[in-house]
Amino acid sequence: KFLFVCFPQAKYISQCIDEIKQELKQDNIAVKANAVCKLTYLQMLGYDISWAAFNIIEVMSASKFTFKRIGYLAASQCFHEGTDVIMLTTNQIRKDLSSPNQYDTGVALTGLSCFVTPDLARDLANDIMTLMSHTKPYIRKKAVLIMYKVFLKYPESLRPAFPRLKEKLEDPDPGVQSAAVNVICELARRNPKNYLSLAPLFFKLMTSSTNNWVLIKIIKLFGALTPLEPRLGKKLIEPLTNLIHSTSAMSLLYECVNTVIAVSMTWSFFQLCVQKLRILIEDSDQNLKYLGLLAMSKILKTHPKSVQSHKDLILQCLDDKDESIRLRALDLLYGMVSKKNLMEIVKKLMIHVDKAEGTTYRDELLTKIIDICSQSNYQYITNFEWYISILVELTRLEGTRHGHLIAAQMLDVAIRVKAIRKFAVSQMAMLLDNAHLIASNTQRNGICEVLYAAAWICGEFSEHLEEANQTLEAMLRPKVTTLPGHIQAVYVQNMVKLYASILQQKEQSGEKEAAQEITQLMIERLPQFVQSADLEVQERASCILQLIKYIQKLQIKEVPVAEEVIALFAGELNPVAPKAQKKVPVPEGLDLDAWINEPPSDSESEDEKPKTIFHDEEQRHSRHRQPEIDEEELARRREARKQEQANNPFYIKSSPSPQKRYQDTPGVEHIPVVQIDLSVPLKVPGMPMSDQYVKLEEERRHKQKLEKDKKKKKQKKEKRGKHHRHNSLHTESEEDIAPAHHVDIITEEMPENALPSDEDDKDPNDPYKALDIDLDKPLADSEKLPVQRHRNVETLKSPDSEAPLVEKKSKKPKKKEKKHKEKERDKGKKKEKEKKVIEEEEEKKVILQDLHYVRNCCYGPYLLLCSAVTYDIQGNLQNDSQVTVSVIFENKSTSFLKSMELNVLDSLNTKMLRPEGSSVHDGIPVPFQLPPGISNEAQFVFTLQSIVMAQKLKGTLSFIVKNDEGSTHEKLDFKLHFSCASYLITTPCYSDAFAKLLESGDLHMSSIKVDGISISFQHLLAKICFHHHFSVVERVDSCASMYSRSIQGHHVCLLVKKGENSVSIDGKCNDSTLLSNLLDEMKETLSKC
Amino acid sequence: GCLRQQTWKIHFILLFSRQGKLRLQKWYTTLPDKEKKKIIREIVQIILSRNQKTSSFVDWKDLKLVYKRYASLYFCCAIEDQDNELLTLEVVHRYVELLDRYFGNVCELDIIFNFEKAYFILDEFIIGGEVQETSKRSAVKAIEDSDMLQETVEEYMNKPAF
Repeated sequence: KFLFVCFPQAKYISQCIDEIKQELKQDNIAVKANAVCKLTYLQMLGYDISWAAFNIIEVMSASKFTFKRIGYLAASQCFHEGTDVIMLTTNQIRKDLSSPNQYDTGVALTGLSCFVTPDLARDLANDIMTLMSHTKPYIRKKAVLIMYKVFLKYPESLRPAFPRLKEKLEDPDPGVQSAAVNVICELARRNPKNYLSLAPLFFKLMTSSTNNWVLIKIIKLFGALTPLEPRLGKKLIEPLTNLIHSTSAMSLLYECVNTVIAVSMTWSFFQLCVQKLRILIEDSDQNLKYLGLLAMSKILKTHPKSVQSHKDLILQCLDDKDESIRLRALDLLYGMVSKKNLMEIVKKLMIHVDKAEGTTYRDELLTKIIDICSQSNYQYITNFEWYISILVELTRLEGTRHGHLIAAQMLDVAIRVKAIRKFAVSQMAMLLDNAHLIASNTQRNGICEVLYAAAWICGEFSEHLEEANQTLEAMLRPKVTTLPGHIQAVYVQNMVKLYASILQQKEQSGEKEAAQEITQLMIERLPQFVQSADLEVQERASCILQLIKYIQKLQIKEVPVAEEVIALFAGELNPVAPKAQKKVPVPEGLDLDAWINEPPSDSESEDEKPKTIFHDEEQRHSRHRQPEIDEEELARRREARKQEQANNPFYIKSSPSPQKRYQDTPGVEHIPVVQIDLSVPLKVPGMPMSDQYVKLEEERRHKQKLEKDKKKKKQKKEKRGKHHRHNSLHTESEEDIAPAHHVDIITEEMPENALPSDEDDKDPNDPYKALDIDLDKPLADSEKLPVQRHRNVETLKSPDSEAPLVEKKSKKPKKKEKKHKEKERDKGKKKEKEKKVIEEEEEKKVILQDLHYVRNCCYGPYLLLCSAVTYDIQGNLQNDSQVTVSVIFENKSTSFLKSMELNVLDSLNTKMLRPEGSSVHDGIPVPFQLPPGISNEAQFVFTLQSIVMAQKLKGTLSFIVKNDEGSTHEKLDFKLHFSCASYLITTPCYSDAFAKLLESGDLHMSSIKVDGISISFQHLLAKICFHHHFSVVERVDSCASMYSRSIQGHHVCLLVKKGENSVSIDGKCNDSTLLSNLLDEMKETLSKC
Repeated sequence: GCLRQQTWKIHFILLFSRQGKLRLQKWYTTLPDKEKKKIIREIVQIILSRNQKTSSFVDWKDLKLVYKRYASLYFCCAIEDQDNELLTLEVVHRYVELLDRYFGNVCELDIIFNFEKAYFILDEFIIGGEVQETSKRSAVKAIEDSDMLQETVEEYMNKPAF
């Protein structure tokens, strides 16, 4: 048809375009249509055809279907919201929509779905809505689907069109029905709470429909609804089980399983899903395998145990030829390790490291091994010698980019696990000795980075070195100068530490000559570092060279120097938590923002500054060590070491290979290391030994178990006659595995009286841990009842008092907003945005009905942040130091808003939770953009330490306003008000528990009285419940007791009494400040009544 | 980022040959042409570089790509994170079936020479990123009926030959 498709050369195309331009000028519509058709093809090839927009409209308007169809196709491919001529099409489209020919209508609808603009949506909404009731199902179906696009572009159409849309759920034509399901499901997925009332209807559809496409949609919808209405979960079990058992469609099965995972149902149901997933993973189809693993990783987050039993299967997947499947399996392994299986899993991974082709996957394996071992503060490691040897084995990896990761682990373990230092030092000395094998790869972050760690560990813990001389010599080899500068610098620094300890040792044993020899060695070899091109290395080396020359002078005069030299490196370096500085409490009365000295004026000379810096330095250097040598500990370690030596091939670093060591007599230890032939690329001695640990560990555990069993038998004997079935059924569990040797992991240091909070200890990136909540436990009263409670509150209200409350809420804000807008215009400002902050409870977007469906969190009224932004603060039950702030952004301007970023000025007490690695000055991007008239909700988490006082945080919302004139960057300041009430969680309390609480006498008391109250008592209680998150415990006439609990567990009890025109509230609470603040807030609410 | 502003099931569908030549593109999200071109180039490259034996799914930005190769043509859909990959594969397969039924043993050349028909069929099957016709029979019938309408038009018969 078109020859040019075969020869799309640029020249040919431009020739074609010229031809097309000629054709478009002709009057013959057929020729024109054909030209447009060719243009559509060119558009697909990437050519701009927007210049022909008007011709396209001409062809769209053709009376013949043939041409119309081509015109609409071209329009749907190249028209968009910015196309100017699009508004010319309104009438043509309207005409086509009402054409007696259903295909004319169809083609117009299809086209519209691609290029509908807000204007078109507004103008044609009614026409399309009418088409939803067209006689032809072909048209009804399309009209229903287009309606969704119309809703998006013109949200005002949703409410009027919704009843008819709902009707279509029961359309006699299955195609129309499925279209309606599609649209409603899509709507509901975004805002599920508005569609809860349709649940019964969808439930009926789900049990009656046989169309898999429809079923998948409905199941997805229930996945979104169930979290809001937990009772749905129970109802879904039966139909979902039936589907899972009966369907042959994998897509449907997969959807069911995914939904079950998402809404967390019963344990047995979970097991069923895991079984089904196993079948998927075992399938030969790569796609099913991949998805099975993907779903497994979702289950792992909530039910790790049920996945752990399928470890074999997941390990098998590591052998898969498909890399994406292997990576999925690796992700799963991370969450599956336990003390029991860690060594085994890592062993398997090490085998894969050896086999892996391609550095990307190998590096992925390496990081995973380290992640798995180091997770939760090395929780699953029972034998650190094993871990160190794993790390040493990993240094064999050539071409890795993660040398620094291994190095960091070596340093961390050696510093924090004191018991392992001796072993670590021996291993590191070996690495240094074999540096030539590692140093061949000197790229940044390459494997040579481990030498950095090795040098530091050997230097810092040189007291553990068996052959310090030899290690020192290894560090002074000329080859070292080829290493990257930062590693050489560490070498230089640490060889002095080594030198100092050798010096001390020699002096103590009276070997003066040996001491002088070692000094001479240093003086001979150090100049190679003094010549380094790296400044850091050069500086350190020349300092040290001078120092050692001085030492030599003293040595010649026979002055003992060792004590003083070693004093240079006195003091233990303790690990300090990265967040320690932040945790230092600010002493009372200290204002960090105040100037200590008035800022210097410009005229002042600058040469005074350095003085103060030096002064500071001097003070900092006075560090003292208190070496604590515990005799018992030393003896114990010595004993342990002897034992270790017996079966530990690593220990003798001077033997050329571990195999040899076994055959040799102990005398071999004295063979000097120089005898190793360096030209032969030996395996680093002792390297492939982690496997032996696995074996040893197994034996050890077996032994342990036997011992335990013995003990148990003994116990049994003693207790014979009594029934003790539990013991006999006992199997080895996590707790039974005692660590190989006593390991004391030093926790990182925190400043004294650091502010108490564990917020930092929880790794926000560790979803598996955070979500480890037992979902099968029967609901506790505190979880279950908010639903009931709210109903109780409502029944308290007389029907006439409830209605106006809701109505007033919806009316009031509108008025207010209008007023603000007018004010704005008066001020002559361009945008309809309110810059002033209003912190009163004006916007009440939350519909009371919502409260029925909310567990675990309490909704308060959304406060008005500024006219475009409303927010609500909720406490987080799972975390006693976090609140979630939900912010609704509404774009009231006529411009497009994008790149919104919300930032607040953190206070000491309250901080916005930012992603790791970002500074306090970074805002958090709002995850959406706002077209005009649209609103959307985003959530931000804040951490706080004390909740006894209300907080105000200043913040800024920055965004880009985009309109026809271009885009501008705008800012909106606001204040976030964290009232004390927002830290309360509506918690029901029974009257007897309430009484006990009051009797306990642990509570502080305070009371308030408010005059001029005119509203009814029910209404008043409802207000306290709603705004201050209380629940009514008991009510007698005009007196009621109320209760609430703070996220940090404070109990708050109230006794509310109503007099003639006043109300008095007596409160009791664990914390008197919190109580008085809460009462003040209540007073403010009530005084407005 | 920018793909998030309009949320429909399928964000776009691409058909391209083994040589990386684009044969059909349908977008259900509004994006500037420049952006589209960039995305197409990126995705074609990602998919062509993948091993034949790998799964049909690729995580791409915040979307998932679901693709399948039929003879010399790759069919690729971009869907959202929560969407069902297997269902999307079924959608792709159904589209291929529709093409097959319409053209009779469809091949790449059919789609090159009748590209507008390939679009018409796609539009009958998917509208705005959402499957509109789950029945194969009805979809093909709609196209054939429209074609009948077309064939009766005399101008069509008399149109100039190229």
